[in-house]
Amino acid sequence: MSVRRLAPKELQPESFAFTEENLAWAKREITKYPPGRQASAAIAILWRAQEQNEGWVSEAAIRTVADMLDMPYIRMLEIATFYTMFQLQPVGKKAHVQVCGTTPCRLRGAGDIIEVCQSRIHHEPFHLSKDGNFSWEEVECLGACVNAPMVMIWKDTYEDLTKESFGKVLDGFASGNPPKPGPQNGRQFSAPITGPTTLKETT
Amino acid sequence: MTKLIIDGKEIDVPAEYTLLQACEAAGAEIPRFCYHERLSIAGNCRMCLVEVKGGPKPVASCAWGVRDCRPGPNGEPPEISTRSPMVKKAREGVMEFLLINHPLDCPICDQGGECDLQDQAMGYGVDTSRFAENKRAVEDKYLGALVKTSMNRCIQCTRCVRFSAEVCGTPEMGATGRGEDMEITTYLEHALSSELQGNLVDICPVGALTSKPYAFAARPWELGKTQSVDVMDGVGSAIRVDTRGREVMRILPRTNDAVNEEWISDKTRHIVDGLRTQRLDRPYVRENGKLRAATWPEAFAAIAAKTGRIDGRRVGAIAGDLAGVEEIFALKDLLAKWGSSNLAVQGGAAFDPKLGRASYIFNPTIAGIEQADALLIVGANPRKEAAVLNARIRKRWRTGQLKIGVIGPKADLTYDYDYLGAGTDSLSELASGKGSFADVLKKAKNPIVLVGSGAAGRHDGAAVLALAAKIAADFGALKDDWNGFAVLHDTASRVGALDIGFVPGAGGLNAAQMTTFGTLDVLFLLGADEINAPDGTFVVYIGTHGDRGAHRADVILPGAAYTEKSVIYVNTEGRVQMTGRAAFPPGDAREDWAIIRALSEVLGKKLPYDSVADLRRTIFKAVPHLMRLDQIAAGNAAEVRALAGKGGSLEKAPFKSSVEDFYLTNAIARASAVMAECSRLAAERVLQAAE
Repeated sequence: MSVRRLAPKELQPESFAFTEENLAWAKREITKYPPGRQASAAIAILWRAQEQNEGWVSEAAIRTVADMLDMPYIRMLEIATFYTMFQLQPVGKKAHVQVCGTTPCRLRGAGDIIEVCQSRIHHEPFHLSKDGNFSWEEVECLGACVNAPMVMIWKDTYEDLTKESFGKVLDGFASGNPPKPGPQNGRQFSAPITGPTTLKETT
Repeated sequence: MTKLIIDGKEIDVPAEYTLLQACEAAGAEIPRFCYHERLSIAGNCRMCLVEVKGGPKPVASCAWGVRDCRPGPNGEPPEISTRSPMVKKAREGVMEFLLINHPLDCPICDQGGECDLQDQAMGYGVDTSRFAENKRAVEDKYLGALVKTSMNRCIQCTRCVRFSAEVCGTPEMGATGRGEDMEITTYLEHALSSELQGNLVDICPVGALTSKPYAFAARPWELGKTQSVDVMDGVGSAIRVDTRGREVMRILPRTNDAVNEEWISDKTRHIVDGLRTQRLDRPYVRENGKLRAATWPEAFAAIAAKTGRIDGRRVGAIAGDLAGVEEIFALKDLLAKWGSSNLAVQGGAAFDPKLGRASYIFNPTIAGIEQADALLIVGANPRKEAAVLNARIRKRWRTGQLKIGVIGPKADLTYDYDYLGAGTDSLSELASGKGSFADVLKKAKNPIVLVGSGAAGRHDGAAVLALAAKIAADFGALKDDWNGFAVLHDTASRVGALDIGFVPGAGGLNAAQMTTFGTLDVLFLLGADEINAPDGTFVVYIGTHGDRGAHRADVILPGAAYTEKSVIYVNTEGRVQMTGRAAFPPGDAREDWAIIRALSEVLGKKLPYDSVADLRRTIFKAVPHLMRLDQIAAGNAAEVRALAGKGGSLEKAPFKSSVEDFYLTNAIARASAVMAECSRLAAERVLQAAE
């Protein structure tokens, strides 16, 4: 991990405003907490702001959410820089690939997946590909070790990857019809690849 | 009370104590970085580890309650050890971790010599490092004109974050990032806006936050230290003046729980360069419309020539914001020799000392704010007029037991309040018992009615005071054990001047009359700069700085600033305090009382005291309570009731704060480049906020 800073000024949009739908959702979120404790909704609302803002949190978004929750700006900045799930730089428009690089995935070939990212997207993480559609980063365990190696793109995980099948996943996102989430080698969830070995009979 | 055994010694402490407090009560010294007794507990530096018998690990004593300790198997009191080998080893481990990323730049660090980390490394550090990797590097941050950062040195104790959020009430500092990459900063490096930000430098246990104006100026061990009292506002904060040779290098707070706890405002602290610039170091005489440097005899002769055969009633004197009791008293005596009682202190027109002391002091006392449960602020902005006192109000407000109402300028006071209105109409309405805040005041046990100098300084100031006193009397603020009528003076001189009766006597002129054309032939200004002397009046200015008063003067007599004389000041609560002389006045400048004494002899009206001790004896004879330093001669409630009965007609105009620019309220501050820079930053913030 390295120092996380906001994106440079020239990339920052002037302002940020929630869509009506998101605003209503955020207001509902605030009512979950007692009056005076509205700051508890900070992470949820900032996350929604990130989703609306093409997958990253802009400075204007931080201010908007802080104003909404009556928090000092610095407190919101603390949150945005603390949690690595908040992207502070623009990410790929079509896919931001989060490659799990923790031990089980690493043993099962996460290194290969990262190599694909480096060759197809950008040599460095958090950098946009030339067309601006892709970016990638290495993350810690995403909890799908039994299907290692795996990546997460937006809200879905793609598991049991090889160089080839991961390439296909990226192709799918590039062409606008991503593959079905889950194991990419035909497995059913985390069942054995050769088919179920237990609980075969139903009574 | 709970029994504990600390280092083999049995001790009884209140159950709500933390272990750290209990250990201190038992006489053990606990090293700490993040813990500060006036801030909330963070428990993140881990330096205060102690061993609790029966526990597997050492515990952080600052965050461990006495209540949390379990008794022994047979009901013995919990045993705590602060000096066992386990504790020592644990603390050494913590220290080693702290030093991993701390640069070895003590020789070029301004904190060197008064650094907590340096001191504690002597006790718990080791002389070698096992860490061969690169140290962390952190970018320095811009925090404004007063606080310099050197963020490599930061040990992330978060004292500054807690201080700015809790005491200052401006939550601007924060810790971004996480783990090794955690950095202390403000939001996008905006300058700090608090009037108390200078205290961040004191509160930082290492050299990460240091004083920008004092950077690389001196080492603590080469400074002479003089205990003194601040005069920048009416609070009278306890300060320590550090000097090298003749020069004041810096001003630091002293702990005085009755007044300033351990904070001082930025103006108090960073006025230092104003003491060096624009100083009057020789007498001047105006000749042909131009000021000419002169000798003392020449200057005195010029005054003598003008006052030779003058009508005594056409001589007047106005005391400025920084004048001490001694010189005001001497000046009063001098005018009495002419038979003149044309006396006034700046901003003192509304007060009548004959009514008694309670009518013009902050009766509940500053420490008493912590007993108050309702506060009505009339025509004041305490944040600007008395920043440290405002921190005390905020401290009480944070406990949730103080309800605050404001009549006057609407401003960010760092706490929430009910805004009741802008002017006298709202005050009258409240006095008639209307509105919800009237009920709050009535129900309160210890209400305070605070009247600011902005309200008292108006033409109808006396009437406003009377009405405020009436509210205090009617709403139960005057009881046997509580006097809630509080006048917040914004200057250091005013209460002292009122105490010795430096007000127009029978038939005497007040300040407004004295500055009207044709009323006076000679006007003495004792450091009074906010006075527009009319044409034709011969103005004698006794003061320290070439400021507004000196520009208008016909004769300038250079005096001593508050760091250069030992004089009595009385703060807004009526506490008598004495400054200490830390340096000497520059050039030919002399102590003010001595100037007046010497002048009196030339004028043939010799004053009967030859030393400051003689002068004080005379003062104490006339006003005995000034003898009792650091004490308050309390006023009584009857005096406030008498004031309440005075009545008077009110004007409709809204109240204004007496302080427009916090950083430029007096001659010393206006001479200070640091204050000018702070003022500029503050003005920029106002502009940005308006956009």
